[in-house]
Amino acid sequence: MDKTWNNKAWFMVLPVLLLVAFSAVIPLMTVVNYSVQDTFGNNQFFWAGTEWFEEMLHSDRFWQAMARSLIFSFVILAIEIPLGIVIALNMPRSGWGVPVCLVLMALPLLIPWNVVGTIWQVFGRVDIGLLGYVMNALGVDYNYVNDPLDAWVTVIVMDVWHWTSLVVLLCYAGLVSIPDAYYQAAKIDGASRWSIFRHIQLPKIRRVLLIAVLLRFMDSFMIYTEPFVVTGGGPGNSTTFLSIDLVKMAVGQFDLGPAAAMSIIYFLIILLFSWVFYTVMTNSGSER
Amino acid sequence: MLELRNVTKTVAGADHIRDVSLTLEHGSLNVLLGPTLSGKTSLMRLMAGLDAPTSGSIWFDGRDVTGVPVQKRNVAMVYQQFINYPAMTVYENIASPLRVAGADAARTDREVKRAAELLRLIPYLDRMPLSLSGGQQQRTALARAISKNAGLVLLDEPLANLDYKLREELRAELPKIFAETGAIFVYATTEPQEALLLGGNTATLSEGRVTQFGPTIEVFRRPKDLVTARTFADPPLNTVILRKQGDSFQLDGGALPVPAGMKAIPEGTYAIGFQPHHLRATRPNADAIVLPAKVLVTEITGSESFVHVQFADVRWVMLASGIHSYQPEEMIEVFIDPRHLMVFDHEGRAVQPAPKAAA
Amino acid sequence: MARIDLDHIRHAYGPNPKAPSDFALKQVNHSFKDGGAYALLGPSGCGKTTLLNIISGLLHPSHGRLLFDGHDVTDLSTQERNIAQVFQFPVVYDTMTVYDNLAFPLRNRGVPEAEVDGRVRETLAMLGLSERAGSRARRLTADDKQKISLGRGLVRSDVNAILFDEPLTVIDPHLKWVLRSQLKQLHRRFGYTMIYVTHDQTEALTFAETVVVMYDGEIVQIGTPDELFERPSHTFVGYFIGSPGMNVMPVELEGARARLGSQIIELPFPPANASGRIELGIRPEYVRIGRSGLPVRVTKVEDVGRHKIVRASLEGREIAAILGEDETLPADARVSFDPVGINLYQDSWRIETGV
Repeated sequence: MDKTWNNKAWFMVLPVLLLVAFSAVIPLMTVVNYSVQDTFGNNQFFWAGTEWFEEMLHSDRFWQAMARSLIFSFVILAIEIPLGIVIALNMPRSGWGVPVCLVLMALPLLIPWNVVGTIWQVFGRVDIGLLGYVMNALGVDYNYVNDPLDAWVTVIVMDVWHWTSLVVLLCYAGLVSIPDAYYQAAKIDGASRWSIFRHIQLPKIRRVLLIAVLLRFMDSFMIYTEPFVVTGGGPGNSTTFLSIDLVKMAVGQFDLGPAAAMSIIYFLIILLFSWVFYTVMTNSGSER
Repeated sequence: MLELRNVTKTVAGADHIRDVSLTLEHGSLNVLLGPTLSGKTSLMRLMAGLDAPTSGSIWFDGRDVTGVPVQKRNVAMVYQQFINYPAMTVYENIASPLRVAGADAARTDREVKRAAELLRLIPYLDRMPLSLSGGQQQRTALARAISKNAGLVLLDEPLANLDYKLREELRAELPKIFAETGAIFVYATTEPQEALLLGGNTATLSEGRVTQFGPTIEVFRRPKDLVTARTFADPPLNTVILRKQGDSFQLDGGALPVPAGMKAIPEGTYAIGFQPHHLRATRPNADAIVLPAKVLVTEITGSESFVHVQFADVRWVMLASGIHSYQPEEMIEVFIDPRHLMVFDHEGRAVQPAPKAAA
Repeated sequence: MARIDLDHIRHAYGPNPKAPSDFALKQVNHSFKDGGAYALLGPSGCGKTTLLNIISGLLHPSHGRLLFDGHDVTDLSTQERNIAQVFQFPVVYDTMTVYDNLAFPLRNRGVPEAEVDGRVRETLAMLGLSERAGSRARRLTADDKQKISLGRGLVRSDVNAILFDEPLTVIDPHLKWVLRSQLKQLHRRFGYTMIYVTHDQTEALTFAETVVVMYDGEIVQIGTPDELFERPSHTFVGYFIGSPGMNVMPVELEGARARLGSQIIELPFPPANASGRIELGIRPEYVRIGRSGLPVRVTKVEDVGRHKIVRASLEGREIAAILGEDETLPADARVSFDPVGINLYQDSWRIETGV
């Protein structure tokens, strides 16, 4: 922009640039390097070209993992976003209830990923877990270790429990910033609860909502720790998402080439979605 | 002395400021008058160094400061919103620029007291800004601008968010405060009345251009063009487009005499303008012209009446002293003294009366 | 349209109000006539917006009753009261077109679409927005947005009253003139009951037939613009209305004369037996400047275009006077008071003289 200029600012950005270079750019380049070569150990590498990429794109295993990841992301978005909005709409706007609700909402967000996984792993167990035991005692045949559907339900419920709060907090921040006059005008215009939501609240929280969708999509699409701790990707491959598959391939089987190619495809997909969201967001801003 | 030389500012292809040249003296009060989006804030941002001009240069006390960022200039700014540090007392708020400048305790205290005294804030020095009324909050912001001892103080519609009466009080005090500090003051407003009450110099702005700059009352009485006259009129300027023929402007049902000193201007179409208070309900003197007009709406303020009338196919406002309870649609007679007519040619430039000797 | 009665309305924002200072609205009894144009005028914090919100039903008063045409509506919701309100900042529904914005209040009430269309088109024409009907509301300028806010009130033919809460704050001065005279014409044509809240005396006086001046939670005077100007019943009204406000100076009464310091002012009427703190009020418009009268020291002359404001010191007190555009200040200026403009105040309230 044509604001006033001061070159000193660049020196202040330098440490961050170095940090990003070391933490992101260099590892990414390593991955690119792996993805176009083959190795049989001993640090001997052979040029492989696009072979790994072709193999990946023709592999059922990859596409299945990808499908699972996408389905998982869309299911949790379909649950967390509406649920988050509903909770945010019903949170108090003033009084002692506000801090209480905010703390309650923030609690799940403060728990580390692997702990969340462990909690639900134990919670759902049929022998000692409260949830698993009670379900079976009530006659529901629930066992996430054997039944793929139960495993999916458990992972989804866990994610909803862990992350809906984030959507709630973002939406709440958006809602409280709407001036009172809008609600007063709507009352005077005789608007129903639904009209108020549809014509005032939704348009005004649209931007934070897009941020919430973006964050939740990226996060859920890359989810690893929790399902790994709870189901380890099973039963069978039923909860093996892209990230879990990637680790299995790279660390478990030491197939560095295909794993690297997969990482890059994975990275590009996330980039693509982020770009789409970004474009949508900036466009909705420029309409003003 | 702040000097703007042919300053232009273009943002994304749109001209925000067009070829502005202005010279502002130390100890002067300069009003930027114009409607919303006429470029007042853009011009202030350029003066402050918040933005750099696309072309042209800015000089301060003989030094080229074009592109020098605001941090390196000694500038203070006051905005329409009441901007103070909410977690600091009024005293600390006023002291903050001095602390930044590294003034010692004794000097800080002296300067804070002086600024607080000027703005009548002495009783509130220990209070938090948000516990004060809007007027006092804005006084705090003004005091902070004063204590900074800036060479240039920019005020962007500082009274717009205050109650009418508080505005009146503060407006009466401001010129005195300005006169004491010796800085260059620039004051943006949308209200012609405010410019007149502040006095000093006025630059009228329209679509990013300064249309006229000079002593406020001069600009008001003798606008150089129609745009300036319109900008500097509240209620809005009354205008009518007429053909000059011989010694008169032709009208349906009569004629307006061409004012003395303008008789020699070429025949043709002219825009005639005059201020609403120059349209009278009673004959002011023998020279006055009488015109028939139809009343549209009458607004009464208690001491004066704003009578909206229709004359031929134009709408005028008459600001008449006293109470006139006309009925809508009523036909009345209105009077104008030809001395008060302003004449503009087809390009909107004011036709200057010939010097008295020649007339 | 309806008559609106305020019956002993009091309001406090906090719980358990006791002292008078706990009340934002101390005690209000007033009737707004059907089809009248009213202004509530006062400084910020005087309770005018509180009163407006009580009428619209956005606030429930702590005490008292509100009647529309004699029916108690105190406990009715905003919707049930059927009123329209325009706020300080324009409220538009961003995602809707201008047309849909105006149709919104009608559709919410289940008005048939054919009638909606007729009403909306008529209102758009009235506000000069017909060409914008199809454009998105968020792209409009502040004054067009405010016209939409207004239009959503006008489109409902059956409203009991239209309330305005400082509606011209964000509008440029030139457009204020246009919108204000439009409002006035609308009032005349359709006879809405209108209540207009403002701190701006010009807006209040020009808009309303009756102005209600409020100060510190109470009504201090109700009157026509000229009553408020000529006979302010409280020194606050004298100060608040008029620019500059009324000159108020402490005097001592001596029969039909008032003593101001060492000067004597002849009074046009014999004051009744007054006691307490006596003040004389005279508006700058009634202070005559000439070569005879009370000696003053002129401190400043402000030329504000259509007249000059002369600031002078009279017996050590500042006094303002108005001098015409073409008049000049005499060298040894003296002031005299036009008897018509003299008012006397006892403990800040006007002494009735029967004039």
